[in-house]
Amino acid sequence: MADAVYTTPEHAQLRDTVARFLAEEVEPHGAAWEAQGFVPRAVIRALGRLGLLGITYPPEYGGAGADALTAVVFQEALARSTFGGFVITVLVHTDMASPHLAHAGSRPQLDRYLRRVIAGELVTAVAVTEPDAGSDVASIRTRARRDGDGWVLDGAKMFITNGVHGDLYFVAARTDAESRGARGISMFVVEKGTPGLRVGRALDKQGWRSSDTAELVFESCRIPAANLLGEENRGFYAIMRNFQTERIALAAMAVGHCQTALALTLDWVANRRAFGATLFDKQAIRQRLALLDAKVQAARAFLYHCAWLVTQERECVREVSALKALTGELANEVLYACQQFHGGMGYMRESAIERLVRDARVLAIGGGATEVMLEEVAKRLRT
Amino acid sequence: MKVLVPIKRVIDYNVKVRVKADGTGVETANVKMSMNPFDEIAVEEAVRLKEAGVATEVVVVSCGVAACQETLRTALAIGADRALLVETDAELQPLAVAKLLKAIVAKEGPQIALLGKQAIDDDANQTGQMLAALLGWPQATFASKVKIADGKAEVTREVDGGLETVATKLPVVITVDLRLNEPRYVTLPNIMKAKKKPLETLKPDALGVDVAPRLATLKVAEPPKRKGGVKVPDAAALVDKLRNEAKVI
Repeated sequence: MADAVYTTPEHAQLRDTVARFLAEEVEPHGAAWEAQGFVPRAVIRALGRLGLLGITYPPEYGGAGADALTAVVFQEALARSTFGGFVITVLVHTDMASPHLAHAGSRPQLDRYLRRVIAGELVTAVAVTEPDAGSDVASIRTRARRDGDGWVLDGAKMFITNGVHGDLYFVAARTDAESRGARGISMFVVEKGTPGLRVGRALDKQGWRSSDTAELVFESCRIPAANLLGEENRGFYAIMRNFQTERIALAAMAVGHCQTALALTLDWVANRRAFGATLFDKQAIRQRLALLDAKVQAARAFLYHCAWLVTQERECVREVSALKALTGELANEVLYACQQFHGGMGYMRESAIERLVRDARVLAIGGGATEVMLEEVAKRLRT
Repeated sequence: MKVLVPIKRVIDYNVKVRVKADGTGVETANVKMSMNPFDEIAVEEAVRLKEAGVATEVVVVSCGVAACQETLRTALAIGADRALLVETDAELQPLAVAKLLKAIVAKEGPQIALLGKQAIDDDANQTGQMLAALLGWPQATFASKVKIADGKAEVTREVDGGLETVATKLPVVITVDLRLNEPRYVTLPNIMKAKKKPLETLKPDALGVDVAPRLATLKVAEPPKRKGGVKVPDAAALVDKLRNEAKVI
């Protein structure tokens, strides 16, 4: 597939490094991680040593100081893996959780955590979603109240990726009981092992099985005042800002998976014979693959365009929401057809395409469900 | 001590190579290109020599089209200090490259020229040997172990039936084999640093080298498609077929 107009020779090198890492360190071991339900820490640290966990972060903390386009190159290259659970473990750390620290952290907070986050020594998770509040962030009920020189957290968080084995949680809680909706929410850093924080249970999922997902429970969980992240009562806006980064990462993941699925399927249909010819010789099959390829290329161009908008610091909520909706649905359309063309083998647990089908489903749900994304777009259509 | 590492841009080893419809060569348009894997091993070895304090500078050189710059940048990201590109759109055969490299050696004055034993595109396995002959330097080819000390090179070579260790004086041409080392991962910070390392471009004319091909390619064709085999009931039937049908014994 031709490179986007925005990409540079360095991006090609980065893709090569990631592709080699997948071939040597991920694909041969992913099945074992799926069975155990999480990615080993050594793998995260190895990515840290390659400088891949702090692409947009400042060099003084070990980051690469690169831009949003470079981050997308990494996300897309990583999502060429056939193990979505591995990919999301990494991308939650790099693009969904740690940005809360990198964007809003005070100097002492950055000094305390960021270097180890970038090295992969501390794995991060973001705890916003609750049993009764997902995309509707303004209705969260977890509370933080001031108590002497600290804060006390009470509540529950749901579907928290990296939640079982994470080291550092960025937690949203209501700090102003009087205000409603978007106002009165703040973000906090909570370290693993803090008394009052426990993993309620590890959740069992349809896909992303090598990713650990938790229900977290906060019961009189006491943290120091210094663990407030960013401005008090302004957490909602920080969350909304980070959603843009998160949604681009999820779109990159969808686009990467689509490319891998199409490559696997083209390989399969070129060799599989039926009625005296290969499946690729059947026009019905190859034309559908051609159209899916066209859609994936178009989505990929849109993905890079959105990342470019971020590098230009342009307002892009409409574009990123549209991208997230489009790619989440497209991944499912592509994987449905790819599984279909794999025939019986596509239904077997031993095939990569079967796993990718299960992994793709959540891309239309997590990080902003398609319906929520389309509302964000619709609101902005008539301006 | 300076080490010169010539590198070649080739079709990536993962690509299924296709012959052009007109039979003049192989298709390279829209095909992923990479550094020849043997050359990557040579770059890695040179960088290790520098890290061990044996070498003081690693200079990489490539001969070919402008896009070879990308391959040179990869070598710089592995850890080479500086890069030279001898830029030409002409077809380059091993003898022409060896002559260009001889001129680069005269310009740079390295004590070691460290090359891949062959390139995976034409598998010629000639450039290193030709360079040694043109320079009048000793050569140690197919290295699986390289030791440099006291102005001498001790090189273990992979030969038929085992390993052979040779000792040569410097300067020397060494070509490397697959098992010499495992090239490191190119890290993102090093990719970013490589952008700022010096890359100088020269033309063959400026080096006074005539690169015109000495060999003409008549035709390039796909290897014949493998046909399905047959099962034979016993050894006697096999011998009979080999003798009377295949006529090989």
